[in-house]
Amino acid sequence: MATNRTRFAPLQRVFHWLMALCILAMLFIGVGMVSTVTTKYLALVSIHKPLGITILVLALIRLSLRLYYGAPALPADLPEPMKLAAKLSHTVFYALMIAMPLLGWAMLSAAEYPVVLYGGLHLPPLVSVNPELHTMLWDAHFYLAFVFFALILLHLGAALFHKWVRRDGVFEAMAPGLAPDRPE
Amino acid sequence: MVKSGKSLVTIAIIVGAVAVAFAYTAGWLSPDRITPEKLVAVVQPPGGPALGHRRNHAKGICFTGDFEANGQGAELSTAPMFVRGQYPVVGRFNIAGGDPNVPYAKAQARGFGIRIATPDGQEWRSAMLDAPFFAAPTPQAFYQFLTAAGSKDPDAVKEYASVHPEIMTFIGWVKGHARNESWAEDRFNSLNSFIFTDASGKQHAVRWSYVPAAQAVALTPEELAGRSPNFLDEDITQRVAAGPQKWDLMITIANPGDPTADPTKAWPEDRRTVDVGTLTVKQIEPEADGPCRDLNYDPTVLPSGITTSDDPFPSARSAAYAVSYDRRTAESADYPRTTTGGK
Repeated sequence: MATNRTRFAPLQRVFHWLMALCILAMLFIGVGMVSTVTTKYLALVSIHKPLGITILVLALIRLSLRLYYGAPALPADLPEPMKLAAKLSHTVFYALMIAMPLLGWAMLSAAEYPVVLYGGLHLPPLVSVNPELHTMLWDAHFYLAFVFFALILLHLGAALFHKWVRRDGVFEAMAPGLAPDRPE
Repeated sequence: MVKSGKSLVTIAIIVGAVAVAFAYTAGWLSPDRITPEKLVAVVQPPGGPALGHRRNHAKGICFTGDFEANGQGAELSTAPMFVRGQYPVVGRFNIAGGDPNVPYAKAQARGFGIRIATPDGQEWRSAMLDAPFFAAPTPQAFYQFLTAAGSKDPDAVKEYASVHPEIMTFIGWVKGHARNESWAEDRFNSLNSFIFTDASGKQHAVRWSYVPAAQAVALTPEELAGRSPNFLDEDITQRVAAGPQKWDLMITIANPGDPTADPTKAWPEDRRTVDVGTLTVKQIEPEADGPCRDLNYDPTVLPSGITTSDDPFPSARSAAYAVSYDRRTAESADYPRTTTGGK
């Protein structure tokens, strides 16, 4: 898990930015689709489901990458509460990236909806039909989406804080671009 | 310090801008946006929703049976339920309105939900009406009409009708149409148009109807008033116990130029229709424990070979039905099942 790198591995950075785009789009699509009765509703729902499964697959690959490559050490002078917040937020991010698509899939299954992706591809039900379970899964999917978005805002703010205020290399560790590791 | 102060402000602006974009997308900054919740709220009875029940078409009864395809539909659509054969059906007879305790005699319109399933896991869900055309041309207009109809202003409907004269045709139908003695004698119409895609990839704009085998017998207003509050349940239960009840599924194909986006406009009578099979209703079950109870007859749950058209209603209905479903399933304790272990 430990690594001497000062930046995340290139593949990790690719996954980070690709997934950032997908997840941000997903949250906007989710909150937008449930706000309208226009034909945008169906159009957005038909993106929401396959994009969710795509994020699930990407998240599982990304978790493997994280376990394989690890993460660069945080700056030694970073206050302990901030270190803890950083580590905790990463754990919560991984949990949400994997849990949210599963909750959505299970929620549809519990409500006896067929789960249809692009091109008529059907996913099997994840749980059996159960209205009470559906309610729990629906609540979890709904409220965790806002938790997810709030965490992204916090993450964005923290990343920019590292870049512009602390200038401690934490932002650069995940920044896009092919520049090699900074020499320590 | 000055520089980091500026940076903090920049960070706050960026994070704030993303948050505002999110709030805008969610509709929190657009109080006039017609949300699914608003569309659901506007059909509520004055005393509030009946907890645990569908928010509209709240009163009804479940049925099961099968759809026997005769193979003729395959010419129009690759939907698996058009391949000659028998496919299980779970459906629901119902009446319009949000009150599950209203007497059936007071129903303004009758409805019918159906799900046809095929062994490969595909489903065709549909919710139909006995009306020959719909009340409003768009979901926005429908929302305005329901708002006007529920308004205390006695002129609200008149004002709506001045912009949407087609509503008078619908109100005329509601007031004047013959009430049959049984759901088994009612014809149910999709009203919305959909697109069928055949094996060659050709698309056909269609509407469909379930046409009853039973001869319609209209009740006089006096007869209707004398029926028991649940007469439609009693009637269909007795009929189906005595023998299966049948409907033919008739697909109507639009001519080029026919209005596909406006369900207030019926297509001319001479349009080509194809009889694609027969629905046989074999068993009736009360909703509280029946198989239709927790099924959402979302008209956008479609098999391959059938898609939505430019008709804006299926999307709006899907959005609103989901809200209704999510609410009533969360309230299932308020609508108890009568037997333990019943589904």
